[in-house]
Amino acid sequence: MGTSLDVLSHEMVPDHQIMDGEEAKDLLATYHISLEQLPKIYHDDPAVKAIGGDVGNVIRITRDSRTAGRAEAYRLVVKRPKK
Amino acid sequence: MNSDMEQRIDALDLPYRTREDLKASLTGKDLTDEQFDRILTMVFSEYKKSRIEPCEAVGVVAAQSIGEPGTQMTMRTFHYAGVAEINVTLGLPRLIEIMDARREPSTPTMAIYLQDDWAFNRDRAREVSWQIEAAPLHEFGDITIDMENMQVLVLLNKSVCDRRKIGVEEIFEVGPRKIREKRHFRDFDVEGDVKKVSLTFTPKNRESYQNLFQLAEHVRNVIVQGIDDIERVVARKEGGEYILYTEGSNLKDVFEVEGVDTSRTRSNNISEIADVLGIEAGRDAIIREALSTLNEQGIGVDVRHIMLVADMMCMDGEVKQIGRHGIAGEKESVLSRAAFEVTVNHLLDAAIANEVDELNGVTENVIVGQPIQLGTGDVKLIAKPTNLKI
Repeated sequence: MGTSLDVLSHEMVPDHQIMDGEEAKDLLATYHISLEQLPKIYHDDPAVKAIGGDVGNVIRITRDSRTAGRAEAYRLVVKRPKK
Repeated sequence: MNSDMEQRIDALDLPYRTREDLKASLTGKDLTDEQFDRILTMVFSEYKKSRIEPCEAVGVVAAQSIGEPGTQMTMRTFHYAGVAEINVTLGLPRLIEIMDARREPSTPTMAIYLQDDWAFNRDRAREVSWQIEAAPLHEFGDITIDMENMQVLVLLNKSVCDRRKIGVEEIFEVGPRKIREKRHFRDFDVEGDVKKVSLTFTPKNRESYQNLFQLAEHVRNVIVQGIDDIERVVARKEGGEYILYTEGSNLKDVFEVEGVDTSRTRSNNISEIADVLGIEAGRDAIIREALSTLNEQGIGVDVRHIMLVADMMCMDGEVKQIGRHGIAGEKESVLSRAAFEVTVNHLLDAAIANEVDELNGVTENVIVGQPIQLGTGDVKLIAKPTNLKI
C-alpha cells in the first residue's frame, strides 16, 4: 500500500518553515510582543513533525489568503498539555 | 512601466494581491515618473482607508455579521446534496456543529480524489472504491447455520471475490481476526477449506443455541474488505475525472489506500483534519466549511469574519469550540466568564480559588461601570494646560 503520508503536500496545509533565532527576535520586536503572546502549535502536530520542529521554535506559516493573496502567520511550538 | 517601477512596487508595504493587481494593471502602460508617484500615493491612501482602525472591536463585528444572517438560515435542513443521495447536514445545524468543534459531525463525509492512473477510468475508480467501502462477509457468499452440528457455515462465492479483487485466503484470515478484535467475540474455533472455498465457525460453547445465533450474527456482519467507518461510496464524474464521495470518514486509513490522491482528498470532519494534517489545515477546513455552509444558503458573509473566528478557534494549537468549554471558558477574567454562561458556578469557583479580576477586558469594565478599552476608550491622553487661561 501507500507510503507514509506527506502532509505538507496536501492542498489544505500551507507552507511551514522554522525561523532562526534572529528572525524570531526581529518578529517579536516589530509587533512589540513577547514570545508567549504568539499563537501556538503543538510539538506533535503533523506539519511540525514533517519539518522537524521542536519545542521553542517559531514557525513561519505562509498561507494562501483569500483576502491578501498571500499572508504570513507565526506560531510558537509548545508541548501538548497532558489531559 | 519599466522594471525600476516594478521593483518599487515589490518593495511597498502592501498585501501581495494588491501589488500583483497593481503590476498587472500598469503593464504595457507608458507612465512618467510623476504619474507613477501619484498612482502610488492614491493606492496607498485607498489601502489605508480599507484597513481596520486601531482599537476597533473586530470580534463584536464578526459576531454580528455571522449572527444576523444566521437568523435567516433554515432551522432544520437534512438535504440530499444532489450527490447521488449522500446525506449531508446543512444550514444552521451544520454551522452550530462547526462552531462547537464537535469531535464527530452528525453526517461525516469525504470527497476522495484519485491519482491520474485511476481517476479517468470507471473500472479502476471502482477498484479503489472497493478498497474503501466497508463490505460485510455476507456480501461474499452464503452463510448458513447448521443446527445439527452446531456450526456456522460460510460458502464463499468465488466470482464475487474475483470481481471485488480479494483473495479467498485473505477473507479466511481477516474475517476471524476482525470478529475477535473489533467485535470482541472470541469463543469460537475456525476452520477454512481453500479448495471448497468454505469457512466453518464452531462455537466453544456447544450447548447454547443463543450463542450459536450470536456467532452467526457476528460472522454475517464482520467487515472483511474496506475501511470500517465508511459505509457507502459513490463514484461521480466531475470535469472528466471520477471522484469518490463517501458516507463516513476516516482520513488516515483512506490515505493508505492505493490510488488515492493524498494532496486533494478532503473530509468534512474538522477535528479529524486537525489531527491528521495539522492545526493549519484545521483552520483552513473551518473557513471552507463555514463559508460553504453559509453560501449554500445564499448568505454572503465576508471571509474576514470567518477567518477571525477560525483563527481564534485554532489559536492554542488545537481546535477549540466557541463556548464555555472553549474560548469563552478560558478567559482570564472571572466577571467576563460569569457574564457568559453558568454564572453562579464561575463566581463560586473564583471565590474558592481566591481569584483576582484585573479588569482588563471589555465585559468586566461594562459590569463595574468603567470606560471600556475600545476605540477612543483605549487611548490615554493627558492634556497639560501650559498656557491655558482660566
